[in-house]
Amino acid sequence: MTVFLIIVVVALFGISAWQISKIFKLSRGADADTTQVANDKDNNLQGKLMLAFVVFLYILTVFCFVQYNSYFLPESASEHGLDYDKLMLISMVLIMFVQIITQGLLHYFSYKYRGKKTNQALYFADNDKLEFIWTIIPVIVLAGLIIYGLFTWTDIMDIDEQEGDPLIVELYAYQFAWRARYAGADKVLGKANVRFIEGVNSLGLDVSDEYAMDDVVTTELHLPVNRKVIFKMRSQDVLHSAYMPFFRAQMNVVPGMITEFSYTPILTSEQMRTSDFMVEKVRTINEIRREKSKELVKKGEEPLEAYAFDYYLLCNKICGVSHYNMQMKIVVESEEDYNEWMKTQKAFKQVAQN
Amino acid sequence: MSAIAHVTDHTDDHADDHGHHHKETFITKYIFSQDHKMISKQYLITGLIMGIIGIAMSILFRMQLAWPEESFGVFEVLLGKWAPEGVMDPNVYLALVTIHGTIMVFFVLTAGLSGTFSNLLIPLQIGARDMASGFLNMVSYWLFFLSSIIMVFSLFIEAGPAAAGWTIYPPLSALPQAMPGSGLGMTLWLSSMAVFIASSLLGSLNYVVTVLNLRTKGMSMTRMPLTIWAFFVTAIIGVVSFPVLFSAALLLIMDRSFGTSFFLSDIYIQGEVLHMQGGSPVLFEHLFWFLGHPEVYIVLLPALGITSEIIATNSRKPIFGYRAMVASILAIAFLSTIVWGHHMFISGMNPFLGSVFTFTTLLIAIPSAVKSFNYITTLWKGNLQMNPAMLFSIGLVSTFITGGLTGIILGDSTLDINVHDTYFVVAHFHLVMGISALYGLFAGVYHWFPKMYGRMMNKNLGYVHFWVTAIGAYGVFFPMHFVGMAGLPRRYYTNTNFPYFDDLADTNVLITMFAIMTATVQLVFLYNFFYSMFYGKKAVQNPWKSNTLEWTTPVEHIHGNWPGEIPSVHRWPYDYSKTDENGEYVIPGQDYVTQITPFQEGEEELHH
Repeated sequence: MTVFLIIVVVALFGISAWQISKIFKLSRGADADTTQVANDKDNNLQGKLMLAFVVFLYILTVFCFVQYNSYFLPESASEHGLDYDKLMLISMVLIMFVQIITQGLLHYFSYKYRGKKTNQALYFADNDKLEFIWTIIPVIVLAGLIIYGLFTWTDIMDIDEQEGDPLIVELYAYQFAWRARYAGADKVLGKANVRFIEGVNSLGLDVSDEYAMDDVVTTELHLPVNRKVIFKMRSQDVLHSAYMPFFRAQMNVVPGMITEFSYTPILTSEQMRTSDFMVEKVRTINEIRREKSKELVKKGEEPLEAYAFDYYLLCNKICGVSHYNMQMKIVVESEEDYNEWMKTQKAFKQVAQN
Repeated sequence: MSAIAHVTDHTDDHADDHGHHHKETFITKYIFSQDHKMISKQYLITGLIMGIIGIAMSILFRMQLAWPEESFGVFEVLLGKWAPEGVMDPNVYLALVTIHGTIMVFFVLTAGLSGTFSNLLIPLQIGARDMASGFLNMVSYWLFFLSSIIMVFSLFIEAGPAAAGWTIYPPLSALPQAMPGSGLGMTLWLSSMAVFIASSLLGSLNYVVTVLNLRTKGMSMTRMPLTIWAFFVTAIIGVVSFPVLFSAALLLIMDRSFGTSFFLSDIYIQGEVLHMQGGSPVLFEHLFWFLGHPEVYIVLLPALGITSEIIATNSRKPIFGYRAMVASILAIAFLSTIVWGHHMFISGMNPFLGSVFTFTTLLIAIPSAVKSFNYITTLWKGNLQMNPAMLFSIGLVSTFITGGLTGIILGDSTLDINVHDTYFVVAHFHLVMGISALYGLFAGVYHWFPKMYGRMMNKNLGYVHFWVTAIGAYGVFFPMHFVGMAGLPRRYYTNTNFPYFDDLADTNVLITMFAIMTATVQLVFLYNFFYSMFYGKKAVQNPWKSNTLEWTTPVEHIHGNWPGEIPSVHRWPYDYSKTDENGEYVIPGQDYVTQITPFQEGEEELHH
């Protein structure tokens, strides 16, 4: 399909280049009509092309929605993400509706009213009623969207540490990797500051703070399913952004302040991995990777590894040369698995003593 | 034509005809010119050259995105040591993205578009002999030229140009330790922008004063063409917001060079704790976007003004809802200064502020919608003359709608969470401000080329230019939305480190193909532009049969614009196809009535 598309593009390009050269020639010759102002013939042709163009636009739209359907993210792996997706769907349907109508009108009018010497335009300068209508309709629709959006926004951003038993995790960013810090048994993150960074204490934990001693620093982010997690984010050097697309979550990580985001994961990594969407997606990806590997092997290079899906967190604020590879694996698992994993991790006290 | 002759006939009195008899040398005419028409051409040519650089850069990094880490001879030639064995270095990728953004937004679409057409059209369309201060106008251009030189020069320094993104957020842009581009490259970027802002302010003040004070007799504010309204309001937004960017740049220079900590706090980098304490990068974001968002409208409003004029002229119809159009421009201008926070929903600022900015941002959709509907209604029952300028104007309305609609998603703080800084954003703003404003620029060049150079551009080349560009622009940016919906972040040197994105690779190739095609066809425009400048068909005085004042000046440029007295204005500029009770044109056999034509007997003033 894509190969075909590329061929089409190249062919179109070739044709346009050929046409251009032809027109170059024509433009040099002595034209009969040299005013360079559009005449009826031009109006006719260009008007028709306008109609053709909106057809192209519609086809492009349908093509993209069909062909790139699998690009859309799978169902949300977090609770608030379900609301997010609903709002996104409503907005999308709305804007596609307006898009199709207005583009249609714009180009159809350009075609329908293409000029002719004998035609006369209508002197139509004002109509208060019409203008009122198309002011008030956007007002009402947008008011609805704004109100809906704001309720969702307030829900997402209202981070209450007292409610329930949230897991508190620090996300720590530096050029060019992430660390996660868990509060440990006392459920309180110890104090930290970049001024304490020294040797193995790479997150700058305050060694004089009791609460810091049982903190656990990890390179993977493990989360128990169905438990609210509150992220406290800290950066060591420049701006970063913790982007977790599968959880509809993102927050900038800013040196000098602590930013927060919270969500409740509702799908484990395993559930997501075995979902119909993801099985199909990973199959496609692995096919692509196998094809690529063949070429690589031919060139005498290492083949690509087969891909298995895992959630990831990526950096989404330009942060320097390796910005494109600043990622961390996220694992969402059952409470038991999470506790098992936590047991295998070392508390800060043990790390600091070694 | 008879109308023009009618007025010029009885203006034999040359008493008012001053200033075009003293001798002009090559230097005063072409280089340090104080004539607004020459300055406008200088802006245009400089803008075009910067545009060539900016677009060429985009092709280079698009090639890297389509074929990551592959070797290209063209990289080796153009990038030299930054593309060892023809493979682009990640630092250079970021530098290209940064300078592409900077050049396109400021140097092409601010100075190249607004600078060119404000200078050309303000005096000509309001009936003034020149700008209020020709000298300041000249200084404004030369400061722009100087800033362009500094920006281009920064490409050639040892450690490379600025590379922290065109938004230059500190601490990345403040610390040379954070990336090579944040050394001398960033210093030059900041110097260049400081000079640019000075240039922009001098220009804008001049435009505002000229529009307010130098309108000819009868040219009331409500008789001004929409172009002038757009330029006027754009200049006001510029005066309000550019100084804030200047302060941001200045404070950043302080942080970088003099040890202050406006934007820096708690930083450990390269094994060292910095002494800066108490600053906030979020403050910089506020200052930057206080300009940054109005900047979008500084770029877009002139384009909308230009197309209003062109669509009315070529539809042979009055622009629909003149007063609503003016009100929309004013509303957009006002709202544009209170929406900057929608770039910062997830910056760590108070979420309550996010709610406020969502509200103001979605409000701005209302005047934008009104404008689009008014354009479409102007076409309705028109007698459309499909000149290249008209095609680009229709194209602008199309991309303005497509790009504007996705703004409803990005302007919603909730929805922004998951598409922020992805390719969805890139697609959105390229369509709504990049492509739209470029279409405005092209439309303006095709339409006013006869006024600038006294010759016509070739229309067939114009058609080719438009159609290939129109298909290419959608081909690049429409699929890009879908890549963004997959959660692909912008400013990634390569996506190969995330196997999840492997299936997007083909689409990236497709986008790059379209980009190369679109960029190549701009050569047709350049050829047409320069060829027509010297060998184009000689223009008549009013080739598009337009109503506005600039077409009452002689084809040959003279200092002072009009020989003899400045014509006075009797009506608004949109009396196209106006008829009397019998359905006859007001002036028999002519479907337009120029602004300098007095009211005919028994004619009614209809538009108020």
